Amino acid sequence: MPETSRRGMLFGTAAISAGALLTACTSNEPAKKETPAANNQPAAADDKPGKPVTIGFAGPQADHGWLAAINSNAKSRAEKYSEVTLDITEGSNDTAAQIGQVETLINKKVDVLVILPTDGKALTQVGLKAMRAGIPVINLDRIFASPQAYRCYIGGDNYGMGVSAGNYIGEKLKGKANAKVIELAGIDALELTQQRSQGFKDALKNYPNIELVARQAADFTVESGQAKMAQLLQAQSSFDALWNHDDDQGVGALRAIQQAGRKDFLMVGGAGAKSAMDAIKADNSVVKATVLYPPTMAASAIDLARALGQAKGIGGLAELEIPASVTLFSAVVDKTNVDQYLPTGFS
Amino acid sequence: MKQPASEARQGGPDAAAASQPPSTVTSADTAKDREPKGNRPALGLRLDVRSLSLLGVLLALVVVGGITKPDQFLDTNNLQLILTQASIIGVVTVGMTFVITSGGIDLSVGAIVALASVWATTLATQEFGFVGILFTAMVVGLACGLVNGLLIAYGGMVPFIATLAMLASARGLALQITDGKTQIVTVNSVLDLGIPDSYVLGIPPLVLVFAAVTIIGWLVLNRTTFGRRTVAVGGNAEAARLAGIDVRRQRLYLYLLSGLCCGIAAFLLIVLAGSGQNTNGNLYELDAIAAAIIGGTLLSGGRGTIVGSVLGVLVFTTITNIFALNNLQSDVQQIAKGAIIVAAVLVQRRTSRHGEA
Repeated sequence: MPETSRRGMLFGTAAISAGALLTACTSNEPAKKETPAANNQPAAADDKPGKPVTIGFAGPQADHGWLAAINSNAKSRAEKYSEVTLDITEGSNDTAAQIGQVETLINKKVDVLVILPTDGKALTQVGLKAMRAGIPVINLDRIFASPQAYRCYIGGDNYGMGVSAGNYIGEKLKGKANAKVIELAGIDALELTQQRSQGFKDALKNYPNIELVARQAADFTVESGQAKMAQLLQAQSSFDALWNHDDDQGVGALRAIQQAGRKDFLMVGGAGAKSAMDAIKADNSVVKATVLYPPTMAASAIDLARALGQAKGIGGLAELEIPASVTLFSAVVDKTNVDQYLPTGFS
Repeated sequence: MKQPASEARQGGPDAAAASQPPSTVTSADTAKDREPKGNRPALGLRLDVRSLSLLGVLLALVVVGGITKPDQFLDTNNLQLILTQASIIGVVTVGMTFVITSGGIDLSVGAIVALASVWATTLATQEFGFVGILFTAMVVGLACGLVNGLLIAYGGMVPFIATLAMLASARGLALQITDGKTQIVTVNSVLDLGIPDSYVLGIPPLVLVFAAVTIIGWLVLNRTTFGRRTVAVGGNAEAARLAGIDVRRQRLYLYLLSGLCCGIAAFLLIVLAGSGQNTNGNLYELDAIAAAIIGGTLLSGGRGTIVGSVLGVLVFTTITNIFALNNLQSDVQQIAKGAIIVAAVLVQRRTSRHGEA
């Protein structure tokens, strides 16, 4: 709007003198900033329809539980707002293909972009390109290499996930001498897996009685979870706790545990799948807790994108603009609070 | 059939070069000469030398496992585990061996396993219990094999391309059916098959299926007209046609067979993992091709060995097992796996040269 009016002034009236033009321009600048402030219904949480916003959404292929939940969370949140149009690209695990998809969204001139990159570092350039084209980017979950490539980052805390899991297990095994812990990690090639493992290792340093005796990486799939867990169980005849990075591969891991007939340890999952929460609630298996990495962050990303598109702030905060970064807390869900979190569990 | 043969040669120059002197690989004429006459008497001996060398690799691995982790590796549970984990990819590899022997390739096996596993666990199939799941898995496998076979045998498509297209579309369909969600199986009669209580004389049912498929596969390839036709088509399709073999129909049957094996494997995977997921069967095509090749099946067709393929699968599974028992990380595992493929093929190359000399 301000730009059109400026152009209107430039081309519309030949009679305007240079001085008048200068005044118009200078006076226009503060007006641009004041408009959102003046109109600011103080909230992204504000459900009242605002001006129409088209949000472009580019994510990886939703080929497993958590990513599928990311997509459905984004879609259902966008449907909640009558003025929001969601333009979703087909998910792809190929970096080059995803770059192409984001470029298509830039060309379509969407108002705001939400990008969950297959690889944050690899998609940094296209994030920069969008920002330079004047399209604010919400970087979801896997962070870009440069803060200039996004207007706002929202994601989970992978390091914190490891810390939470380590501390939970540490507290449970506090009185036990020479306690043994094993780790069933995710895809080792992903930075997020390394961060989760690092956090776990660091947290266990608080508990000198605990030793991490074995670690195997799986592929975030049920099949790999079953296969790797079966071998871990064979390799470790006894241990006290297991941290599994992902509840989807946890379905397979649990199956392997069931097949091996083992019950002599406690298991902590990751991500917060409904199946894991159901098992925690039922309390009839080794699964005692799961560390959250909630896919609801996709819904929040839509909220933030809408707020950006409508130039609103976030309700409850004093600032007029949305923050540059939001990192979720990796809460531990166990029997004591599972009822509270169960509705957010994804299947 | 000239196209696939040349393509297969391009796809695996080292495997082809390793399995026979280079001069015979590049000339179609010498291959033609070799197949009908030279192959028959030499077949038994050459296969034995190959399989023996692979058996040697396997035994060496067992020694390594026994030395590094004596308590865990030679444990009955662990042997059951290795065989169980070899079962699924093993069944796929038996089907793949037939296809490669005929001079073809099936890149879609992993995707077919994925599609069959999710179809058999969704769309109300679980309501029909054990039979519903087993039947659906096999029918989906056969249907995919039928499409592959028709495209290749009657549509004149190169196997590489036709099955590549199937790979993409079957995975896409699997993703569409599940929406990316894991399909958890609740049918107890299926789940119980993967539990130690169901073991027959200490042998898991999955392993029994694998053994049955291996024995039937060996009999069909070595003792039936169907097997001879498969070898003939792979050796020289034109000669096979002139000899009165319906080459097209034979090819169709072979891809159907591969699809059926994938369907069976999908069922075994459902039993083992207790669920169906669109990510199932990831990279099975490469594992199955690698196992068949290090087993001694010729990538350009005309020679296949079920025993070698199964040994190849067991070598891979045993390596993975030893690595996991010794807590080696996946990067080390991948490097070592590659090194062992090269080593196995080099050992074979030496032994087969001595055998031929």
